Amino acid sequence: MEFTRRGALAVGAGVAATLMLPVRGAMAAADDMIAEFTGGASVGDSGITLTTPEIAENGNTVPIEVDAPGAVSILVLASGNPTPDVATFNFGPLAGAQRASTRIRLAGTQDVVAVAKMADGSFVQARNTVKVTIGGCGG
Amino acid sequence: MASGVKPRVKAPKKASAGESVVIKTLISHKMESGQRKDSDGNVIPRSIINRFTCDYNGQNIIDVALAPAISTNPYFEFEATIPEAGEMKFTWYDDDGSVYETAKTVEIG
Amino acid sequence: MKKASFKVMTASVAALALGAGAAAADPEADLVVNGEIRMVTKTDAPAHLEGHLDTIRSGWTFRTSETQALQMDDFDNPGMIFVDGAQEAWDTAEGTAGKACADCHGDVAEGMMGVRAVYPKWNEAAGEVRTIEQMVNECRTDRMGADAYKYDGGDMAAMVALISSVSRGMPVDVAIDGPAQETWEKGQEIYYTRYGQLELSCANCHEENYDYYIRADHLSQGHINGFPTYRLKNAKLNTVHARFKGCVRDTRAETFKPGSPEFVALELYVASRGNGLSVEGPSVRN
Repeated sequence: MEFTRRGALAVGAGVAATLMLPVRGAMAAADDMIAEFTGGASVGDSGITLTTPEIAENGNTVPIEVDAPGAVSILVLASGNPTPDVATFNFGPLAGAQRASTRIRLAGTQDVVAVAKMADGSFVQARNTVKVTIGGCGG
Repeated sequence: MASGVKPRVKAPKKASAGESVVIKTLISHKMESGQRKDSDGNVIPRSIINRFTCDYNGQNIIDVALAPAISTNPYFEFEATIPEAGEMKFTWYDDDGSVYETAKTVEIG
Repeated sequence: MKKASFKVMTASVAALALGAGAAAADPEADLVVNGEIRMVTKTDAPAHLEGHLDTIRSGWTFRTSETQALQMDDFDNPGMIFVDGAQEAWDTAEGTAGKACADCHGDVAEGMMGVRAVYPKWNEAAGEVRTIEQMVNECRTDRMGADAYKYDGGDMAAMVALISSVSRGMPVDVAIDGPAQETWEKGQEIYYTRYGQLELSCANCHEENYDYYIRADHLSQGHINGFPTYRLKNAKLNTVHARFKGCVRDTRAETFKPGSPEFVALELYVASRGNGLSVEGPSVRN
């Protein structure tokens, strides 16, 4: 079998197109979940830090950290997963900081979104793109 | 109860009163997402830990709702304020109704 | 012709490397586990690799900084949860003889220290080179009267990870001469033989093209000093032979079986290529 550059590009474009399709639906689902969490309130973009790798070596285990000083709870969503839910962190009276780290699954390159509900009832969010690599050896 | 579930917790044995300390937890669990199929093409039913809580002397530190997007062997790192000596209680809730618990005592010093 | 088409592939993986390079961590970074076990992750290649490799590098140096960090603290290393489980198995009597590993070998940290570093090893009584997995199963069936673990199963991976964990930081030092030489040479031959429809040898990727990308995978030198290794890909501990099997399968070949004489020989040879690197198992890889 001969691999040509043109052939490889065509295959690559086909795969990309296929992968793009469900993302739109999931994005909308993520937006719906944010609206549900915020009750439609306006969402600021300062006061929350979302730390994610720029490139995840494997989508099965992606380390993330959310930090929103003064938050009551933080909703984390993966906008490109089959279902966008990841986790909701609710901080109790003895939380030493409104910060948490975990490891998550990402179905492919996509935006991870964190939305924090602050003690005064306001909302802030952060959004990071994580590139997820697809392995060469058996996927 | 899912088989082979084993919690691990890292918390300091001592803290000064009012100090904020870093806590790490890990529990062995496959976190079956409900998205996978077996070799016959049947969907493998979802089976995950859906909630994790950490309390200290009856007061809450963190209460997490987990979705299937949390990785196999769920890991959490967070901070806790230690107002006085006492017991830190960790609880994981499984989809199948199982509850896994462990605890650590913290002294003031 | 084979040679020419392989060069084309090499050029394309090299091109990919430019795009994906941002993910690579600093290859000069130091691996210190728990702030106390200092690992040698880069050193001069052993003499038998003259003309093939000058410097050998642990697979850890090829991973992203996020993956690297998971191995730097035993709590962050998900492989250690299985080591905890194996510690319980070590202390628990099993089988008709009513014995636990600990009854003969004592505390694992004392009884097993240094073992991982020198295995696979010539076994005089058996008259062949044996892996740790084979020794574990011999103990289980012959001395404990228990069932053998599946060679590349979870219980075995966890037990070998426990045994490996107490040798972490020690240099890999498998013997390749004397009675082991014949097996070592057989392993060397397998290493340089092209297998499968893709006609790839171990050397094609891990000697001639390490540090390049194969699609998005950053190719390492394929050392096994970090095994058993917790892979993010399958979220469990993986044995050396399971990894060999995966690699050979990916060349689209019928693979040798875990525990087969071929894989034992290959393990001895591949281990010897890493002589001088530190025992890291259980490591964390992608």
